[in-house]
Amino acid sequence: MTMTTMTVRPTITRPSAPPGAARASFEVARRALRKYIRTPGLWAMGIVQSTLFLFSFRYVFGGAIHAGASGYVNYLVPAYVATIVLFTGGGIAVAVAEDRAGGFTDRLLSLPLPRYSIAVGRTLADSTTNAWSIMSTAAFGFLFGFRLGGTVLDGLAALGLCLVYGVALTTAFIVMGLFAPSGQAAQGMSMIAFVFAFISSAYVPASTMPGWLQPFAKYQPITPMVNAVRSLILGSSSDVALALAWSALFFVVFTPIAAVRYRRA
Amino acid sequence: MSIHSREAPLLEARGVTVRFGKVTALDGLDLIAPPGEVLAILGPNGAGKTTFVRTVATLLRPTSGELRVLGSDVVRHPVSVRRDIGLAGQFAAVEPTMTGRENLEMTARLFGHPGSAARRAASIVIEQLSLEEVADRRCGTYSGGQRRRLDLGASLVGAPRLLLLDEPTTGLDPTGRREVWDAVRALVGGGTDVLLTTHYLDEADELADHVVVIDHGRTIAAGTLSDIKASVGRDVIEVEVAEPSRLGEVGQILQSVTLNPPRVDQGSRHASAPTAGGAADLATVIRYLDEAAITVDEIGVRRPTLDEVFLTLTGDHADTPVPTADVQNGSPR
Repeated sequence: MTMTTMTVRPTITRPSAPPGAARASFEVARRALRKYIRTPGLWAMGIVQSTLFLFSFRYVFGGAIHAGASGYVNYLVPAYVATIVLFTGGGIAVAVAEDRAGGFTDRLLSLPLPRYSIAVGRTLADSTTNAWSIMSTAAFGFLFGFRLGGTVLDGLAALGLCLVYGVALTTAFIVMGLFAPSGQAAQGMSMIAFVFAFISSAYVPASTMPGWLQPFAKYQPITPMVNAVRSLILGSSSDVALALAWSALFFVVFTPIAAVRYRRA
Repeated sequence: MSIHSREAPLLEARGVTVRFGKVTALDGLDLIAPPGEVLAILGPNGAGKTTFVRTVATLLRPTSGELRVLGSDVVRHPVSVRRDIGLAGQFAAVEPTMTGRENLEMTARLFGHPGSAARRAASIVIEQLSLEEVADRRCGTYSGGQRRRLDLGASLVGAPRLLLLDEPTTGLDPTGRREVWDAVRALVGGGTDVLLTTHYLDEADELADHVVVIDHGRTIAAGTLSDIKASVGRDVIEVEVAEPSRLGEVGQILQSVTLNPPRVDQGSRHASAPTAGGAADLATVIRYLDEAAITVDEIGVRRPTLDEVFLTLTGDHADTPVPTADVQNGSPR
């Protein structure tokens, strides 16, 4: 190299230590949230989807479904809010798969951050976008005619439980994205969630399904999760413990899988 | 600027093997690279270049063998390796919805810089890579070359001692390639050691001091690029004729002048032959072609292509790998 062409430049000093887990998780989460907020297609689609879904079930199918004494809208909305993540979660899986396929995860793994903070940051970000989906869908629910059967406090408790589901289910979609070879594959894999969303007591009472289907509908996790939200709204708490147990199980099973899987991108 | 007084080699690979199930991507790779240089890993697609870079970057663990980066073992001290390296992979791993500056600051914080130091590091890199004009635009709007430069910048904000560039210009147009080459040269001038992979011979030519040629996961040659070219073949005279029917005659002329067997390809209307005589042989060939009234679309002397280097290296020397001395003995410059 010729020394004559060199100019004195300010130089970067090496950081004295690698970043801590909290800081690293925050950075990973912030980037994912920025991407979400700055891609109108991502959050706008959620709103369009929620509206169409509620509209169809409330006004198209609703008349033919007999569920509960207080009208189908009061049966439908709590269930949809509780399971909204099953419909938006595909986006999480796609984002995770694309980060892996596109080299972003590799970049993170080549940096000196604690590696589990990649999974933690991702969970933080996606739980936040899920909270947005849950709350905006709940607001739409009121627009479509949903009314609380109990006190506002009961309603808030139900909403809180939905937020817990949001975190728990996020981890499952992250893992799905980590095992998908591409964004498109992740999209396909996330369709499995529809099975759980529809073969449950969320949209029609499980008791109206054929006998051979009922065991699955009754014992899969989404049914108690939906039932718990409905019951909280009415001021009771049946199935809440079971729903929380399922949520905890999701979290405890999928978070370590995500953390380990992120390691070997 | 930094002075290369470090003792540990930049890279030290001994029998590094990486297997994915039944596929062996690296098959006992050996290499030693002294600090203070640009090393290019050259090889065809599937040779194991990317696997090697990913192993150096601690994204993959070697199945067996030993790999040290600036003295740190990639398996035992991965965090210390990660602090020493900056990786720019085959894809520009920048977030398109964030501005160039935001991307750099994020990466700087993930290297461990606190807020103000991260901002400062980002600004320095923006200036260093001449990205001032686009720094505050979302990088989804960047050209291919700008995006790669930003990606390069992201690997620099932690002041790494070794920059890993995996096929840094693949998929770029000539302007973009030139931009990236200039940026890499400037970095090297500033004292950053670079390991890059490429399947372009000219890229290695432009940037590297030393070259390691790998194929099927093994080192098959190492040294300076001219050493390697000299060891595998001479310049080539190449002729493209207007009428394919006369290729046979062209082949004969090439043979008579260069005394080497010509290669003739009817499909592309090309005939070529290695030559020891360079420009003088070329002049003779042109004269003969003219006398025979053969219309030529293109003619010239060129360096052997990577294909030809590989054909020679993998064909002729397949049984006896020929690592030449320079890189292997680790002598500082």
